[in-house]
Amino acid sequence: MSATRAALPPTHQLDDPGGRPVDRRRGSTLLRHLAVVLAAGLLLVALSYAVEPFRNFQLATVAAYLCATAGLTVLTGLNGQLSLGHGALMATGAYTVALCQTAFADRGMTGGWLLPLSLGAAILSTVAVGAVVGVAAARLRGPYLAGVTLAVAVVVPALAVTFDGVFNGEQGLSVPVEPPPLSLGPYFPYERWQLWVTGAATLLALLLLANLIRSRYGRTFRAVRDDEVAARLAGIHVARTQVLAFVVSAATAGLGGALLAVLAQSVSPGAFSLTLSLFLLMAVVIGGLGRLTGALWGAVLLVALPDLTHSVTEMLTLSPALAQRLEGNLPLAIFGLTLIVVMIAAPGGVQGLLSRLGRALLARRPTRRS
Amino acid sequence: MDRFVFLTVDGLSRGAVYAAFALALVLIWRAARVVNFAQGAMAVAAAYVAYTVSAATGSYWLGFVVAIVAGLLLGALVDRVVMRHVDHASPLNPVIVALGLVLLIQAVLGMVYGSEFRPAEAPFSRSALTVGGVAVLSPYDLFVFATIGVVVSALAWMFARTPVGLRMRAAAFAPEVSRLLGVNVGGMLTLGWALASGVGALAAMLVLPTELGLHPHAMDLVFVSAFTAAVVGGLDSPPGAVVGGLVVGLLLSYVSGYAGSDLTPLAVLVLLLAVLLVRPGGLFAPVAARRV
Repeated sequence: MSATRAALPPTHQLDDPGGRPVDRRRGSTLLRHLAVVLAAGLLLVALSYAVEPFRNFQLATVAAYLCATAGLTVLTGLNGQLSLGHGALMATGAYTVALCQTAFADRGMTGGWLLPLSLGAAILSTVAVGAVVGVAAARLRGPYLAGVTLAVAVVVPALAVTFDGVFNGEQGLSVPVEPPPLSLGPYFPYERWQLWVTGAATLLALLLLANLIRSRYGRTFRAVRDDEVAARLAGIHVARTQVLAFVVSAATAGLGGALLAVLAQSVSPGAFSLTLSLFLLMAVVIGGLGRLTGALWGAVLLVALPDLTHSVTEMLTLSPALAQRLEGNLPLAIFGLTLIVVMIAAPGGVQGLLSRLGRALLARRPTRRS
Repeated sequence: MDRFVFLTVDGLSRGAVYAAFALALVLIWRAARVVNFAQGAMAVAAAYVAYTVSAATGSYWLGFVVAIVAGLLLGALVDRVVMRHVDHASPLNPVIVALGLVLLIQAVLGMVYGSEFRPAEAPFSRSALTVGGVAVLSPYDLFVFATIGVVVSALAWMFARTPVGLRMRAAAFAPEVSRLLGVNVGGMLTLGWALASGVGALAAMLVLPTELGLHPHAMDLVFVSAFTAAVVGGLDSPPGAVVGGLVVGLLLSYVSGYAGSDLTPLAVLVLLLAVLLVRPGGLFAPVAARRV
């Protein structure tokens, strides 16, 4: 497969392994991504003024999930490593940010630079954990890797209970977060500030990820996924590439977890169960594996579907006990069913369907493409 | 010393259940090259059916039989309705679909039964008999050993000595040739799924009374332990799965007895990582090169 591609004349654009033709836009990748990120940032700021505080909070949650799903889609979609342990990595980031913020608050330190510092610490600690898991993961394939990361997902929340001196057991820790800076005015809504913070962090992470995907490293990720032997023959250090992909993915998961903790202002092991890991995987698969836009659809789904089922169960007149059971489990059932249906019927996910639709529309028009 | 004997027997009893569960994983792996991550959820579903039947009729044994039948049917159903239609080109696909099944089954169980723990009754006393002043075996442990022994021997006999077993092995190892020779390969695959799921349901019925009780997530940790057992023995080796199950059971029993039960999940993870990093094919695997 790789050999036939390499034999194509250099002027011919290679197809992305996902089957999507690589676009031929000229110009600097970094500048193009920067422009997209700036536009998205402006849109977010505009949105934060246009919608009510609760929607702001939901958008911020989407942004936090997006961090984690984007990292996971790079790992699973582009590098072919399946991780069921990203919930545990998010927990690592969340607990780190909780410990840092508590330490700062205990020492009476204040200032706008403390939160970025805590988030940085969260990323660093997750990178450390991710490197350990990644080194193990690089030696494992398919179901073995899934099994190990599954064990990680089950074990890490249990650790919070085991070492309850530090992590305070099932109750978890609170995350003291400072109010928005006074320069924004005294009545600045807190939720809008939350959206600004998480949105900025997520856009930064996405910018870095998008550039990484387009870089030499992104190409080696894909090469390793498609054919390890061919990649090795082409001079790619397979194990190193896999560890790098895992570490990058872990860093974004850690940031996502840290942002979630900052949003909720608390962390507890219950929030980072195995179900969260499965949710993340489901989100990237349904959104479309290996595409950052797919990760966005997935993150939106993670927030919107529980909200939707909540309003549906409220509309139906049910006994309180039944309503409670439905509300907790209906989104799960829908997620699971959708995951199965998508895997069988539309492996490209939402983004795959959208781009197929887009291509079909484009094909109708006479194009200048050769 | 008393404590050591007690922990050893307890570990072997737990290990026997892990062995059965690991055996179920190995059955499907050999037949379809799929690690069935939904096995725990499927087994819990069968156990819930048994709970309903037992509660309605008051008979434990009726529930026990119904659980196994439900397990068999569920396995066949999962193969026919879901797994058969999954593109197996990438090994990730069946895993992801199985995880979707986990979400779906656990959610449906949560909707029907709620997510509180329900007591799982044991048919025999769980208090240990004393032999010469040392607490050794409970009648329930004996029941577990006997049941697992019968099941493992029956499976071994079936695969080694019966025409159906021969066909199942042939269908797994050379599907194309078997098909040409008139073996119903698809049917054998479904039979494999049904058998594995039935064994998983049996294991769940045996392990749940020793745990907190019936809960949609009750088998999560059991699944991880059984997966570890299967990996310790090598996913391709049924005898390995049995030995691996006993090893994992003993390890967990010693860790929880001497170091604290909170540490058992960590012990499982460490064992799993150690085995995979040192001998990724499992302790019983023949030396094999990776296919290129």
